[in-house]
Amino acid sequence: MNWITSFVRPKLDTLLNRRESPDNLWIKCPECGEMIFHRALAESLQVCPHCGHHMPISPDARFDALFDEGRWDLIPLPDPLLDPLKFRDEKRYVDRLREARKKLNRQDAMAAAKGAIGGVKTVVAAQNFAFMAGSMGMAVGDAILTAARTAVAEQAPFVLFSAAGGARMQEGILSLMQMPRATIAVQMVKEAGLPYVVVLTHPTTGGVTASYAMLGDVQIAEPKALICFAGPRVIEQTIREKLPEGFQRSEYLLDHGMLDMVTDRREHRPTLARLLRLLMDQPPEAPKEEEAPKEKPPLLEAAPPVDDIPAEPLPEASGGAQQAAPSQPQAPQA
Amino acid sequence: MLTYLDFEKGLAELEGKAEELRALARQDPAMNIADEVAQLEQKAKTHLAEIYAKLSPWGKTQVARHPGRPHTLDYVEGLIEEFTPLAGDRVFGEDAAIISGLGRFRGRPVMVLGQEKGSDTQTRLHRNFGMARPEGYRKAVRLMEMADRFGLPVITFIDTPGAYPGKGAEERGQAEAIARSTEKCLEIGVPLIATVIGEGGSGGAVAFAAANHVVMLEHSIYSVISPEGCASILWKDSAKAQEAAAALRITAQDLYKLGVIDAVAPEPLGGAHRDKAAAVAAVGAAIDEGLARFRGFERGALRQQRREKFLAMGARGLE
Repeated sequence: MNWITSFVRPKLDTLLNRRESPDNLWIKCPECGEMIFHRALAESLQVCPHCGHHMPISPDARFDALFDEGRWDLIPLPDPLLDPLKFRDEKRYVDRLREARKKLNRQDAMAAAKGAIGGVKTVVAAQNFAFMAGSMGMAVGDAILTAARTAVAEQAPFVLFSAAGGARMQEGILSLMQMPRATIAVQMVKEAGLPYVVVLTHPTTGGVTASYAMLGDVQIAEPKALICFAGPRVIEQTIREKLPEGFQRSEYLLDHGMLDMVTDRREHRPTLARLLRLLMDQPPEAPKEEEAPKEKPPLLEAAPPVDDIPAEPLPEASGGAQQAAPSQPQAPQA
Repeated sequence: MLTYLDFEKGLAELEGKAEELRALARQDPAMNIADEVAQLEQKAKTHLAEIYAKLSPWGKTQVARHPGRPHTLDYVEGLIEEFTPLAGDRVFGEDAAIISGLGRFRGRPVMVLGQEKGSDTQTRLHRNFGMARPEGYRKAVRLMEMADRFGLPVITFIDTPGAYPGKGAEERGQAEAIARSTEKCLEIGVPLIATVIGEGGSGGAVAFAAANHVVMLEHSIYSVISPEGCASILWKDSAKAQEAAAALRITAQDLYKLGVIDAVAPEPLGGAHRDKAAAVAAVGAAIDEGLARFRGFERGALRQQRREKFLAMGARGLE
């Protein structure tokens, strides 16, 4: 402990933190340069209202936007062994971890929640790139396993939003072992006959892409996200040539058959609701937008459980019920 | 001609001197230097034992990458009878970085998969230095499925710097191919025995090593990233590879303590490259032991064992 660590560093920290605190009411879009009022940006889910550029979004904000009426429950996650290798580079891993935890007020890089999407009970896991580049270590692997087990226990689909620089090097081989571990989680969901949907976000790279992020029944990506195994710089060093514009971006992967669709973040909720209802063999979601009365019907009641589909017309709540199902044939009895 | 590693300089001198003396003796049979040669040889042997007894993680990395180290083809030749290569992923191409085929291990039909680095410039280029492209992993998936259908154990040899980071490989879905291969390893209802014979490089290695029984040769390494790569990212200086090698815990001994691998196969004194036959025999014995562990296991039990093993990892750390 010296003067620098005990006095200068804390002083610097406070200075830096102050600069980061939200007196920045206007945010400049890094893509088009337009200034966006922070509330407008939050409302458009951190997507630039001018050019559609997708900026990072916290797992909580995603959950708010995704789950019906913004209602969700956090799934408690296990707290794995801290720093199993006693790793230190120029800094100790425990210190890096402590800093990240303090800065983001999160335990690690993956959060999981449950709630309903379009009336379908769903488990959602979201990787937080802000936390040590979203890197995959024991905590991320355990989070995926816990989320998958919850999905199986609740007979709910599992939706995972990926974002990571790759494996957490500071956990060495144990970070690599998260590739098979997370793959086992995916297998558990699939064996239970439940959908596993991956939404790839910027950036998803390395061992994360090469395991759970590429094993979805349906593969969705946010626009222009970097999705790759080896990063562009590594490849440029290997082949010693410049890579084409848009290489390894979502649209490029879509063209090469690696994705089902590229979807704007603001469309995730309706897209997932539709997909999950189709995969779970449930009738279309009752529209509820403009003309719906103030007191919205409880969505969960509008969606009967899969194996409990009544033979008579569904007890659709008021609102847009008449638009809901006129041409829709009855779901066949199991 | 043996290639000496930088930490073997003293050894190179001793062995060089002994060789010089032997050459002299050949020219002049009257010269009696047998004692001196024997002494030098003994000294060299003691020195070798000393070096290899306390090989650092970086030293092991160098040994694991030694150009004279036996590669997959050496093990296939030494351990697999009636080896019958099978090729192609049925989608795009054949990947020569992956040796693949049917054969017999101690009389029992098996499926063999392994990365081959090549042994001279020409074969190294042909094998792409053991770096597989998506076709290699898709071929592996196809052949693991076949093995599963016919009830054949799968034996894999792991020796790769990693999956190939190329433009075409990315275009054709390198990440997805690796993910499917790992998934297939975990899915099959036949014993899967993996041996890291040299370098176990990251995802490219895991895709063959999500196995019931994982063996590592004594001086092989298995890591999430190369020490150089880790050094350049975390230390911002690839010259810090030695530090990174130590911090990453990539040695067979550490991984055994962590419960990530199931067995360590001993190497001949001075590393596998000094006595290929002994290395091949040690790996053969380790594979045999692995197969014996799972004799009589039902399909479900094999999958269950694999699953439980990987799920339990990380519960204990290193001091």
